[in-house]
Amino acid sequence: MTLPHASDRAVGEKRARLRARTILPLAGMAIGIAIVFFGLDWVGTDYAYLAAYTVLQFVVLATAWNILGGYAGYVNFASAAFFAVGVYTSVINYKTIKLPLIATMPLAAIAAGLLGLGVGYLTLRLRGTFFSIATLALSVVMNTLVVNWAFVGGSRGVYVLRPQTIEFFGPYTRYLCIVMLIMAIISVLIARAVERSWFGRGLAALKDDEIAAECAGVPALRLKLAATALSGALMGAAGAPFPYFVTYVDPATAFSLTIAVNTIAMPLIGGTSTWIGPVLGAVLLGSLQQIATVTISSALNLLIVGVLMVIFITLAPNGIVGLVEKIRERRA
Amino acid sequence: MVNWDLLSNALVSGVLLGGFYCAVAVGVTIAFGMLDIVNIAHPAFIMMGAFIAYFFNTSYGVDPLLACIIAAPFAYIGGRLMYRLYYFAFERHGEESLQGLAFFFGLLFIIEVGLLLIFGVDYRFVEARYIGPGINIGFVSIPWRMLIGLIVGLAMVAGVALFNAKTFTGRAILAVSQDPGALRLVGGNPVHIKEVAFGISIATAIVAGALLIIIQPVEPSIGRDLIGRVFAICVLGGMTSLPGTVIAAMLLGIAETLTTTYLGPSWSPAISFGILLLTLGVRPAGILGR
Amino acid sequence: MSTVSVLSSRGVVKKFGGFTALTGIDFDLGQNERVGLIGPNGSGKSTFVNCLTGALPCDAGKIDFGGTDISDMAAWRRARLGLARSFQIPRPFRGLTVRRNIEVPLAFAAGLSDQAQIEAQAEEVLARVGLTAKSRKAPRSLSQVELRKLELGRALAARPKVLIADEAMAGLSDSEVDEILVLLMQLNDSGIAIVLIEHIMRAVVRFSQRVIVLVAGAKIAEGTPQEVMSHPEVVRAYLGQ
Repeated sequence: MTLPHASDRAVGEKRARLRARTILPLAGMAIGIAIVFFGLDWVGTDYAYLAAYTVLQFVVLATAWNILGGYAGYVNFASAAFFAVGVYTSVINYKTIKLPLIATMPLAAIAAGLLGLGVGYLTLRLRGTFFSIATLALSVVMNTLVVNWAFVGGSRGVYVLRPQTIEFFGPYTRYLCIVMLIMAIISVLIARAVERSWFGRGLAALKDDEIAAECAGVPALRLKLAATALSGALMGAAGAPFPYFVTYVDPATAFSLTIAVNTIAMPLIGGTSTWIGPVLGAVLLGSLQQIATVTISSALNLLIVGVLMVIFITLAPNGIVGLVEKIRERRA
Repeated sequence: MVNWDLLSNALVSGVLLGGFYCAVAVGVTIAFGMLDIVNIAHPAFIMMGAFIAYFFNTSYGVDPLLACIIAAPFAYIGGRLMYRLYYFAFERHGEESLQGLAFFFGLLFIIEVGLLLIFGVDYRFVEARYIGPGINIGFVSIPWRMLIGLIVGLAMVAGVALFNAKTFTGRAILAVSQDPGALRLVGGNPVHIKEVAFGISIATAIVAGALLIIIQPVEPSIGRDLIGRVFAICVLGGMTSLPGTVIAAMLLGIAETLTTTYLGPSWSPAISFGILLLTLGVRPAGILGR
Repeated sequence: MSTVSVLSSRGVVKKFGGFTALTGIDFDLGQNERVGLIGPNGSGKSTFVNCLTGALPCDAGKIDFGGTDISDMAAWRRARLGLARSFQIPRPFRGLTVRRNIEVPLAFAAGLSDQAQIEAQAEEVLARVGLTAKSRKAPRSLSQVELRKLELGRALAARPKVLIADEAMAGLSDSEVDEILVLLMQLNDSGIAIVLIEHIMRAVVRFSQRVIVLVAGAKIAEGTPQEVMSHPEVVRAYLGQ
């Protein structure tokens, strides 16, 4: 949790500062939204929309991961698995009942949330490290399941036809971008609400000292399960539009290392203590990668992300947000 | 009617595979099981070992196992240095296992991508006289390369057990694994003990890598398949118990070969996870744990 | 002394592998009582507290709290019923301010939902333990005695009927011990039954109405402080060391 300045200033001044801390980031978000709407429309190419889609998708994933990782201190290495649950829920929908995308997203969220509950129920009563280890293996297993499931394409994958345009929104890629933008806003609002609620503070207490928290009346298992389910659900929802984005879905793409690593690297680099961190990390790192993929190989790109992550964890454990706060504290 | 030929070959293969899995998991038992260092990058070091063996085998014709045995002392030193870095950055502050885990994950990932960049995505294999031929007992075939995996794997576990029993540092490790609070009473420098243990752990990983590439061709992303197996064995075996590691490795090996024989190879990565989840859910203490 | 037990145990057994830490403890705490629990290091005092509060499951025995069987109840539920404890080595929530540390049990154990109420009661608790000046600080900037006060403050914020103070005075100077003692007396005056686990004998004698002695996982003596201090077995096993 971030600490206010240790001072005895008047309540009025304190309120003004709080207002600044809330307004500035929200203003930043509003500007970002404006960029997406008007700036991208001005560029107008499919590529621009899809690049923005990727960055926004990472905003959702990073924010979702941080609810469990940053707030509660439980490291989930299986973001790709939860994401893939959303992807394949969407694929199944595409091959069967063909609901519109908007309707698929809640279904994907529920499926992924249930997976979170399941894994959580088995492992969250034990130490946090066991949960993390279980999630490590989870990705491999989900991958195996999909590979062996012919209906969703197995290892050969499926092709998903994406319409060229959609009414009211124009190009389908623009539509996808807007859907992901709304998803990003929703997830940030959810994270912010959790952070400020007693749910979030309970998680923070659990993260610091679970036994002391339980003795203070915090229902540890319930809160952890809720956080896991929420985190997983958001990741699943982010996966639902993915088939339309890539148009060819195979396990290698759905379970890609890019997603697994970025989802963890972005909050860690941005800062895990508040909702701003994952957003910062996603926007910065995501944009950098979009630019970099054009110039360097994707493997080298990932390597750089990994190295950056390790450097940040070692030297700036609270991420960019943490560094900014340290600078502020020194000035005070 | 049971096809005895098939079944007995599967069982024997399982035991042989189990021996190899001993080599793979013993390092994790030391570092994670006994000393609580969550080195999830362990499989990446195994892959490093495999590619070290590949490099020296194809460039200089050195026997792959020999290459890694020679590399092992360097790996030991490297492991100790790495633990120092980890301790300095994370454990010293006594908190934030979040960052510690992420650190090892970053390492896992950097090594995998690094290997990818250097060696590419193709499967690599080594050549040695014992790769290919095997002995046949009745209708059971025992490839030499698998047998070597079994022998070296068991030897490594025995070596570690001996170290734990005979040397001061080894006994300190044992004491700490049974009672973490004993670290201070033991009289040794706790950081030093963990450092040595971690060095040994990495050294075993490098040698296990040689065994891996002897048994099968490798490519960089195989490390991720190994993660589930490595920790499944450690947890199933009861975390701190070396005999438990052996038993768990054998069980996993047999479970996997039976699955491969009767259900097909594409299901075997899921077996380790299934076992891991089952153990964690039903009996987290494992078979021989307390 | 009241005859109705607010907290009691029968035959509580706890084993760690082959080692039996508690051999079957019977215990009664009356309403608003002040009981001291003493014993050598390793005698099982903290283990017993952990079993009572639910931090550890017991292998056998029953625990009753105000008429409710809590033997299998989760720790957080017991806290909500009104069983609070402070820790031997202070375990504050390091990432939260002192005030937030107090607010957590108010919101969860005491079950308050109105933010204004939570803040008001937090102020009150902070004032009672004397930490108002430090309310915005992080726990790492607190002194030892202040950390102990924070521990007690957190326990108090759970609005307990019973407070188990586990070595709340260890390592403090004489005047600091007196500070904590006065605080505990005040808490008892306001209706909270207190179990004091301590090694500092003068505090135990001054504070307790009744003293229980635990040695090697078994209760070997029970009575008024004077009775217990002159009990030959207690003198031999504990005070003689």
